[in-house]
Amino acid sequence: MQKKLGRQTVKFESPTKIIGAFSSVGTKEAQGPLGEYFDKRFSDDKMNQSSFEKAESELLKTTVLGAISKAQLRFDDIDYIFSGDLLNQCISTTFAIKDFGIPFFGIFGACSTMCEGLSLGSMAIDGGFAKNVIAVTSSHFCSAERQFRFPLEYGGARTPTAQWTVTGSGAVILSGKGDGPSVTHITTGKIVDMGIKDANNMGAAMAPAAADVIKTHLLETDRSPSYYDLIVTGDLGKVGMDINKELLKKHSIDIANNYSDCGDMIFDADKQNTKSGGSGCGCCGSVFCGYFMKQLKEKKLNRILLVATGALMSTTSSGQGLTIPGIAHAVAIENTGG
Amino acid sequence: MAFKMTNKDYDKLVKKASPNSKLLLDTSLAFVTGGSICVIGQLLLNLYLKLNIDKETASNLTSVSMIFIGAFLTALNVYGDIARFGGAGTLVPITGFANSVVSSAMEFKSEGFIMGLGTKIFIIAGPVVVYAVISGVVCGILKYIMLIFGG
Repeated sequence: MQKKLGRQTVKFESPTKIIGAFSSVGTKEAQGPLGEYFDKRFSDDKMNQSSFEKAESELLKTTVLGAISKAQLRFDDIDYIFSGDLLNQCISTTFAIKDFGIPFFGIFGACSTMCEGLSLGSMAIDGGFAKNVIAVTSSHFCSAERQFRFPLEYGGARTPTAQWTVTGSGAVILSGKGDGPSVTHITTGKIVDMGIKDANNMGAAMAPAAADVIKTHLLETDRSPSYYDLIVTGDLGKVGMDINKELLKKHSIDIANNYSDCGDMIFDADKQNTKSGGSGCGCCGSVFCGYFMKQLKEKKLNRILLVATGALMSTTSSGQGLTIPGIAHAVAIENTGG
Repeated sequence: MAFKMTNKDYDKLVKKASPNSKLLLDTSLAFVTGGSICVIGQLLLNLYLKLNIDKETASNLTSVSMIFIGAFLTALNVYGDIARFGGAGTLVPITGFANSVVSSAMEFKSEGFIMGLGTKIFIIAGPVVVYAVISGVVCGILKYIMLIFGG
């Protein structure tokens, strides 16, 4: 009966399948190295809406509808939707799904939301509380800039460690039965704060949380890093990736050979001027649902550990000079055959 | 603590992993860009003087023209591109001030003309205005005192 392994990891006994996934992105992401993998590529970053907040809602709505139709389900078949985003009070989510009539849990984990939703959804399925669940998240460069940084047309320079918020959204449908890769384990992260205050270096703020959850996951599942075809972090970017590898090395965990980061993959940093890489809830969301789900389905990858990373600060806490607490959640996704 | 590491040690690790800005390149680009903006200003001033406008009016006209150009290029979404290239070179001249006001106005129009545009138009330029006024007052008082004692 005991499903917990150690303090932070849960092992699912019944299969929790990802039976559908859908990703939507904006123009810059579509032009990036992974462009062809995304299911819906918007040609206008305003998505024909009157504001960027409405545009982000449209992005998330499109993604949810896409995922439901891919899984060949109807709204009535979905027991719960777990969703969250970066905008204050998660308005991208609420305005996107308000007419769907699906029981809704709003979640906030900053850019770790994709894995937080996957974790909670899988637990709902495994616990027998739901047959089908959606986990979804989004971010939009323009709405995030408005909330966190400067007006879009303001001529400010970016530092080399800065990241670029991804305009994208990803949704998965989890189900107790059906075809698709399985969520086999989840390791829920603890908040880790190593005193970083620079909002232009989020990778450094989140890397310790990622390293901590990866270390804990491997320890509690008694797996070695090489068990996985790939360990994928959400949006650490180039700088955060290096720090993550360095931190794990101090604990004799070597992931140098099977490690990627969604933020590092989604843009061509030199051509697209994105500095350290992509960030935002939609970064891990769109890259996992767009690229990695296809790799899993085609059996090019069979075991991945997805580790979405989040920076838990607000403009108020940053304004008051507080540190940036980091969070990361790990989800093991495997082709189990059954 | 998650890692056998103090925040100070971690900070060292982060500094090592984080690339620095390319100081020489950035400052050179800023110098050239900022300088070019000033040259344009000077050319305008010379033009106005040639049109037999008196010196004070001509320099006012120059400022107004530069502000207009900055605002116009912001609206066309060009100023941000120049800024990405020129860095602080576009920030310091008067055109940078125009850019900060116009970009805020464009950005917050979506929350309405009163509570959006009206309240947030000076969200970046506000501190500049506040402290410029305060330092103006302080300098004025100092000058007044010095005139009493020196005069």
